[in-house]
Amino acid sequence: MDVKATEHSWLLRNKLKIAPWVFLIPALAFFAVYVIEPIFESIWLSFYEWNGLYRADGTSTAVWVGVDNYIKLWDDPKFWTSLKNNLLWLLLFMLAVPIGLMIALFLNQTVSGMRIYKSLFFFPFVISQVVVGLIFGWFYNPDFGVVGSVWKALFCEETINIVGNVSFRCSSPPPDILSSPEFATYGIIAAGLWPQIAYCMILYLTGLNNVAADQIEAGRLDGAKGWRMLWFVVLPQLRPATFIAVVVTVIGALRSFDMIAIMTQGGPFGSTNVLAYYMYETAISEYGERYGYGSAIATVLFLIMLIYISYFLWRMYQDEKGGR
Amino acid sequence: MLQKSTLAVALAAATCLGGGANAADLVINFDDLNPGPKQGFDDAVALFQKENPDINVIVNNNDREAHKTAIRNFLTADAPDVTSWYPGNRMAPFVDAGLFEPVTDLWEEEGFGEHLAAIKPTMTRDGEIWGVPYSYYQWGIYYRKDIFDLLELEEPQTWDELLSACGKMKENGVTPFTIGTKFLWPAAGVFDYINLRTNGYETHMALTAGEVKYTDEPIRETFANFETLINECGFVENHASMSWQDAIAPFSNGDAAMYVMGNFAVDAFLNSGLDVSQLDFFPFPTIDPDVPAAEEAPTDAFFIPANAKNKEDARKFLAFVARPDVQTQWNKTMGQLPINSQADVSDDKFIQEGFAMLNKAQGLAQFFDRDAPAEMAKAGMEGFQRFMTDTSTLEEVLQRLDEVQAQVY
Repeated sequence: MDVKATEHSWLLRNKLKIAPWVFLIPALAFFAVYVIEPIFESIWLSFYEWNGLYRADGTSTAVWVGVDNYIKLWDDPKFWTSLKNNLLWLLLFMLAVPIGLMIALFLNQTVSGMRIYKSLFFFPFVISQVVVGLIFGWFYNPDFGVVGSVWKALFCEETINIVGNVSFRCSSPPPDILSSPEFATYGIIAAGLWPQIAYCMILYLTGLNNVAADQIEAGRLDGAKGWRMLWFVVLPQLRPATFIAVVVTVIGALRSFDMIAIMTQGGPFGSTNVLAYYMYETAISEYGERYGYGSAIATVLFLIMLIYISYFLWRMYQDEKGGR
Repeated sequence: MLQKSTLAVALAAATCLGGGANAADLVINFDDLNPGPKQGFDDAVALFQKENPDINVIVNNNDREAHKTAIRNFLTADAPDVTSWYPGNRMAPFVDAGLFEPVTDLWEEEGFGEHLAAIKPTMTRDGEIWGVPYSYYQWGIYYRKDIFDLLELEEPQTWDELLSACGKMKENGVTPFTIGTKFLWPAAGVFDYINLRTNGYETHMALTAGEVKYTDEPIRETFANFETLINECGFVENHASMSWQDAIAPFSNGDAAMYVMGNFAVDAFLNSGLDVSQLDFFPFPTIDPDVPAAEEAPTDAFFIPANAKNKEDARKFLAFVARPDVQTQWNKTMGQLPINSQADVSDDKFIQEGFAMLNKAQGLAQFFDRDAPAEMAKAGMEGFQRFMTDTSTLEEVLQRLDEVQAQVY
């Protein structure tokens, strides 16, 4: 009786502290099982050589190889190509931020029907990445795509071939962007930028709504206009929007998987691979089935992301502190 | 993905028969939902069911790509009694992990050694035989007969004849070969054939088994011939951005005249608007007359998982599948070739020519990506694609393939 009473009163006394945890438990449990635990499991797996099979009695066929997978990774030219492409994605994807800002400034006017234009500009972000990849794949196609058709109109003449069908003879063959090892990655990044610019634009548009009119007014009275107005008055007020835009763009660049899978499958001969796709290719795809090696790639990708995410969390924490 | 109706009927039947019926359930996992192959399989199962009314056959028919993923789980987690799969290196991981049941005794009892002889080496690993094949198809050169007629060309028998035919096609503005290497494997078909004709079956098997290096003289010779083919014949531009189906477009438009392909492509040719009379087939020409002809003939087979519950009836089904009358009917329906030498083939002209060609073959290769381990196959095919887009990368490609080879085996 006595014990129960104290327990009861302890619950009552601490219910404000306990309640959040009760609500957090389901999320925490799922997060632990589906995110935290797999991270450690795949780090662990990266020290094994394993083709993903279990024997008939259910034991794994994995063999411990220590850091072998990482040594192999160091000597693997495809890994370095992927890493280089990842950096390329990160760098070029950042273009989405200033371009998004430009379009947002341009659209931030009061013209009749502006909402329609805004939603048209936002449209690419609504389409699935897979569809964007498909559309751009056709766009680049040298035979029937826009690029091919324009090229044909400029550099090719129509002829009748031996069996009497219409054919084209070109002074130089149409550019085949997605199968050229030099340009394919740029082609895919350009496709990826399309929806990403729209995303940044919408972030800036909402940001622009909150720009204080009195400050603009004050700036104008002090004689600021054009670039100086943008740089010293508008942009500082857009800082939260810029921060989020950079964050989502970095994340978008690092998870550039679907476009590559749709447009080139990492080809031609591995030149458009990024770490995420290379990991998929070695571990799960038909010609992969090397789970240990794939996990090693995943671990490296995880470490890269970890650095970035730590910085991001630290910044958030600082901002929160400043805000209070 | 499951054939729900079949499953439901089978389940209902099982419940009607009561508890005792469990022992006679035979679960078969199959991997082709395309109309022809599915029909052939369903007919065969229906016949088997009729002949064995005491066995209750349950069928799971899955899409081919999905099956490739699923088999890795269901062999341990929930094994069927019979599953379709491929011989050669594709069965190796499962055999090595002890997930398939050897059926060498069945081959001896039923005397398969004689009638399925051509395929025995590819079905064998570690001295045991692991499955029973039911169908294969030929590879070779499919060509536009109307274009050949216009240019007064004969089917080339030798390398020189092929090269001179190519010369004539180019003079007349026809690209000799079409191909689509976006998904890599079509390039391996061309490489395999040049290698089989330059060095023969043993070298192909030794190369895919990692016993011959890519920088060794015989393989260098293969690449030299490949380069000759690229320079003197030539493939369509932009092949690296086309799938094998995309590459049919220049072929059916008459811009390209030949296609190194498997027999499954005939359907696609006909669907692209070509008429049977515009199409024909010839075996890949001889390069070295001293090398006996070996062909590519990817094979489909049935295997018994080690965890199967009803192995006795599974063996019955495998024996049934090998029967000449069953193989004749099945392959007629699906438009492929039976493996049993006692079986008849349909009167389709491509099947007839393929049958004649394969019966003369000294050896049957499965295909680069079925004979070589996965990692090697991927690197090899990327190498072929790269070499085809730029032949000056030869040295780099060969070095890279040697590196991968040293790691894989």
